[in-house]
Amino acid sequence: MRQLLNTLYIQTQGTYLSLKDENIRVEAEERPPVMIPLHHVESLVVFGNVMMTPFLIHRLARDHKSVTWLTEQGRFMARTETPVSGNVLLRVAQHGCACDAERTLAVSRFFAAGKLQNQKQTLMRSAREALNDDPNLLRQAARDINGQIGCLPLAKTVDEVRGIEGTAARIYWEVFPLMLRQNRDFFWLTERTRRPARDPINSLLNFVYTVLANDCASACQSVGLDPQMGFLHALRPGRSSLALDLMEELRPVTADRAILTLINRQQLTPRDFVLHEGNTVTIKDDARKLILAHLTERKKEEVTHPLTGRKTPLGLVPHVQARLLAQHLRGDRAHYPPYLHR
Amino acid sequence: MIDLLVCYDVKTETEAGRRRLRRVAKICVAHGQRVQNSVFEVGVTDVQLLQLREKLLNAMDVTEDSIRIYRLRQPREKFVEAHGVDKYMDFSEPLIL
Repeated sequence: MRQLLNTLYIQTQGTYLSLKDENIRVEAEERPPVMIPLHHVESLVVFGNVMMTPFLIHRLARDHKSVTWLTEQGRFMARTETPVSGNVLLRVAQHGCACDAERTLAVSRFFAAGKLQNQKQTLMRSAREALNDDPNLLRQAARDINGQIGCLPLAKTVDEVRGIEGTAARIYWEVFPLMLRQNRDFFWLTERTRRPARDPINSLLNFVYTVLANDCASACQSVGLDPQMGFLHALRPGRSSLALDLMEELRPVTADRAILTLINRQQLTPRDFVLHEGNTVTIKDDARKLILAHLTERKKEEVTHPLTGRKTPLGLVPHVQARLLAQHLRGDRAHYPPYLHR
Repeated sequence: MIDLLVCYDVKTETEAGRRRLRRVAKICVAHGQRVQNSVFEVGVTDVQLLQLREKLLNAMDVTEDSIRIYRLRQPREKFVEAHGVDKYMDFSEPLIL
């Protein structure tokens, strides 16, 4: 089993990274350089204006450690692809499955079922701690989503699966603000808006999903799957559809839960956001740092994987799921079993 | 991960000794972090520990130099006291710079 190593995030603008004695040397203004031994780092995520020597990029590529470039606001720009990207036979199996409507439908159903189940679980968990009348509304939403799960086996095309997922998403986002217990007048959510984010919750969701999508893309690649060849998500040039598929079931329990926790513990407050004219919102630097720290801590938390029964750090769940998917595509496993959070 | 404390004394009276010192220091830097001039805290897997020991043994002169590797008891924060200047960084904590 793989060991969960750390991701190094570089947020400070104007930082200069280089390779020195098997270490990543981080130089930022007005600070003595920091040396981080390569064997502690699994991947590197840099925000905005961060420079890196070619030799460091080469070395990271050679060690199969990914580098992800994001804008200062956390929007995805690029990722390195390392030279050996897995098993051709596995990719052939994956493409074969993606071209087979029946099998695509089956896999998509499981992705969607995992997501819906985990959304339901997130709602139920919040209902136990919610205030006033909210528990009933949250439970009702959970029941409605449960109804949608029942519809999944009846779906005859992937489009119908997407429709069911969309209905569940509408139910879920409608009650999402009810799961917040602090600063409710500030944290609102009318609808999911991606770019630009129109409200604080959307800006948080976009940021956290980008981070999670990177983890899922890395997981696909480390198992040897083609991250672009998805099932539930339509194929589109440049889009990591499979990474997004894999991410669906993890969104509610990792990303959404993280945001809820930070807001409910008042670690994120209205002061952490900048509201711009024209209804766009950005997150302040320190708050972004706080979110990344929280996500990294959470990755270390151990969960019992429902299928393997083994204690697994939450951060490795994408890898476990990618491996299970690979087994299914190769024909070693009858179904793809989604990750169901407890 | 195993936490180690690695310290060394390398005889630097001769040019060869100074060369050995630089090599030993480089090997330590590659595996861990410098907490004092010739003292390193190192977090490694068992395999990496074997590699580190092998490299150090090749670099040192067993008749002149001394290298000591201590295993630190975990959790580190409970068993390691640092006073004065302390540049230690925990690499298993979130790394956000």
